[in-house]
Amino acid sequence: MSDDKKTRADEVEGRAAQSLSRRNLLKGVGLTGAALMTAGSGSLSAQSAGAMVSPARIPVREAFETLTALESANLDAFASRIIPSDENGPGAHEARAVHYIDRALAGAMTSSREQYGVGLASLEDYSMQSKGTSFHLLPESEQDAIIEAMTQNAIAGYATLNSGFFNMVRTHTIDGTFSDPYYGGNRDFIGWDLLGYPGVRAISSPEEVSQGSSLAPSRQSAYDMPIHTKDPVEPGSSSTGGAAHGH
Amino acid sequence: MATELPKTDVVVIGLGAVGGVAVLPLVSGGLNVIGLEAGGWFSTRDFAPDEVRNNLRDWPQQVAKAKNEIPTSRANINFEAAQGGGHPMMNGVGGTSLHYWAQSWRLNPWDFKTVSETTRRYGANRIPVDSTVEDWPFSYQELEPYYDRVEYALGVSGNAGNVNGSKQANGNPFEGPRARAYPMPGLRSSGYTDMMSDAARQLGWTPFQGPAAINSEVYGNRPGCFYHGYCDRGGCHVSAKSSTAVTTIPEAMKSGLLKVVTHARVLKILNDADGRVTGVEYLVGNQVLIQPADAVMLASHTYENSRLLLLSTSRQFPDGLANNSGQVGQHYLSHHQGAPVIALFPKNLNNWYGLPAQGVAIDEWADDNFDHGDLDFIGGGNLWTYTDRKPISAAKMSTFDRVPNWGSKWKAFIRENADRTNVSYIQKTTLPYRGNYLDLDPQVKDKLGFPVIRITAEHRDNEKRIAAFTQDRMEEWYRAAGAVQIVRTGLGGAMGASTHAYGGTRMGNDPTTNVTNAFGFADEAPTLGILGGSVMGTSGARNPTLTAQALAWRTAEHL
Repeated sequence: MSDDKKTRADEVEGRAAQSLSRRNLLKGVGLTGAALMTAGSGSLSAQSAGAMVSPARIPVREAFETLTALESANLDAFASRIIPSDENGPGAHEARAVHYIDRALAGAMTSSREQYGVGLASLEDYSMQSKGTSFHLLPESEQDAIIEAMTQNAIAGYATLNSGFFNMVRTHTIDGTFSDPYYGGNRDFIGWDLLGYPGVRAISSPEEVSQGSSLAPSRQSAYDMPIHTKDPVEPGSSSTGGAAHGH
Repeated sequence: MATELPKTDVVVIGLGAVGGVAVLPLVSGGLNVIGLEAGGWFSTRDFAPDEVRNNLRDWPQQVAKAKNEIPTSRANINFEAAQGGGHPMMNGVGGTSLHYWAQSWRLNPWDFKTVSETTRRYGANRIPVDSTVEDWPFSYQELEPYYDRVEYALGVSGNAGNVNGSKQANGNPFEGPRARAYPMPGLRSSGYTDMMSDAARQLGWTPFQGPAAINSEVYGNRPGCFYHGYCDRGGCHVSAKSSTAVTTIPEAMKSGLLKVVTHARVLKILNDADGRVTGVEYLVGNQVLIQPADAVMLASHTYENSRLLLLSTSRQFPDGLANNSGQVGQHYLSHHQGAPVIALFPKNLNNWYGLPAQGVAIDEWADDNFDHGDLDFIGGGNLWTYTDRKPISAAKMSTFDRVPNWGSKWKAFIRENADRTNVSYIQKTTLPYRGNYLDLDPQVKDKLGFPVIRITAEHRDNEKRIAAFTQDRMEEWYRAAGAVQIVRTGLGGAMGASTHAYGGTRMGNDPTTNVTNAFGFADEAPTLGILGGSVMGTSGARNPTLTAQALAWRTAEHL
């Protein structure tokens, strides 16, 4: 179910206009907010017709927005070594941190696009030259050795494979793994579960706070909350979405 | 060609934390006020619990005007000043009060009389060499009624420590006397803050919940805090945070005397042949407009207050408005609020929900609350520890040198410890010094071609000694609460651009060392009022906003 939620969040952002009209349609059948986010994907008509039934898992269909196929494969391998999938659960690959980075590079992080292009190209060049194959095809132990050397600024002849590049990728891998799923990563709330963060909520009572990581996760994006969506305010309703009356 | 508009009584430049307060006493005095604000209106719908938007992409910094005017910064004249990535300014109705932590302290009475009190108690030679610090032109008692008005007009929660000289339980034992209690009790405690309070009592200290411009219960038509955890750089989704956008500005608009003009960028303050200000010139879209007024209240950020004066040149003021004395930009300081201590605890702290203003304060080591006879500094620091944790910043926690910062070992470490760390917040007495100042950058310009402000300033020995001393106290506190490992950070250097920026248009009795008189009006241009941290000559050891707001109310009322 949460897989579908993730996919829906992507679509809502990527196709705001369609999403709005779909949302208004769904409102007609009593589905808004979180319910909308868990509904299956597909065409507008299929959406409204199938919204009430629990859908099967929908395959992810989406294009990379800025990264090339090779860049994304190498970056995903890199991110997967920073936050690996292991005995402590899934990692950056499963959380789709690279999807977050790809989208951000087309928008808020455009200024980093060049640095990614240059760094990932050097990573490929170095891997091909020293190991005879692409970085993402190397065994994990060899990937780790290259990353370790990068953090030590110990890769001679490849000026951009340095700790600065590593730190940038590390930062953005963390951002993508632990961010609100609205932005394309933290799929299935993998990142928040890893930390024991019980998720965004509009209000927290002392009893809820005191449960810490044992509190049942909210399993929602900030933008599942009706007051923060792009839906226009209903005539006559408060601009605070009614939440101001709750305390 | 500029279009001249009908004259008004008062123009307020900037409807933020201070301009947004000043409009209320201005309209109460029956004056017609035009408020020019460079940003627009935000609503609760804009304020989602979103760490990417608030803290990574830093929405307050993306506002159109301020992001093109990022100050350059250098430690001293031996360096080339450079623009950093960020800035602390904000455009929008409510300004920084939309997204600030909202800690709303009154300064300690000592902060008003640092020179005379230090001299009386320890001797004149204890004022740091090169400091240009002066006593304020009045005492805490003069400002007390204005603190009171702002606390009630905005809605400030807190536990009084001293009502008319009578000490109160649960409050700050060192605060100056107040006429009455806060309008609301302090924000609630949490398991973590209770643990830290217990530890402080073991050390013989007096912990208390600090004051905040955040409702702890229903106040007027606004609810109490929802404690959802996205207050830091976040606007409030239920308007429990008492920003001027939901308090004094709408209250002033009810009078019909306040006209708000948004997306208005002031280019210049105008003056006549006698040196009196006559209004302002501003830009909306591609239109240049002139708004004549009898008085102008300059209420932008500290950096922009000095900058706009320096850019407002005329025959009467060739070096900038009100700057024939050469004092605009002088006595600048950024609050020393860095150099935190970071603790690791052996158990989860349950800090996933909460806010920076929900914390515990220790004032034993602030101001002159302790004997400095055998110490090599004056002043001190307020120790603050608080609840606030968000997932991305939690994952970027210190590794305490226990693991590398990537890979399976690191992942196991953050899985175990994400909710077991805490970073302190220690605000320290910071003084003005010769050599620390603001001026116009000789090279870097904004998109309209105007120079940005240049910060030349660094912390000196007095601040660094306070930092080292208070880090010791903070470590004691964390250890008493059961912390198993401590990391300390560097003691300070270049001041850089700060949310807590003071000076540049200092207030004082001596017109040769100050820009404004004791009421906040420019010595050289008496109908120009200047509002904000830019008039403050000392920082104290606590957040500046409430003091700047109280001063703004007083200046506005005096007009």
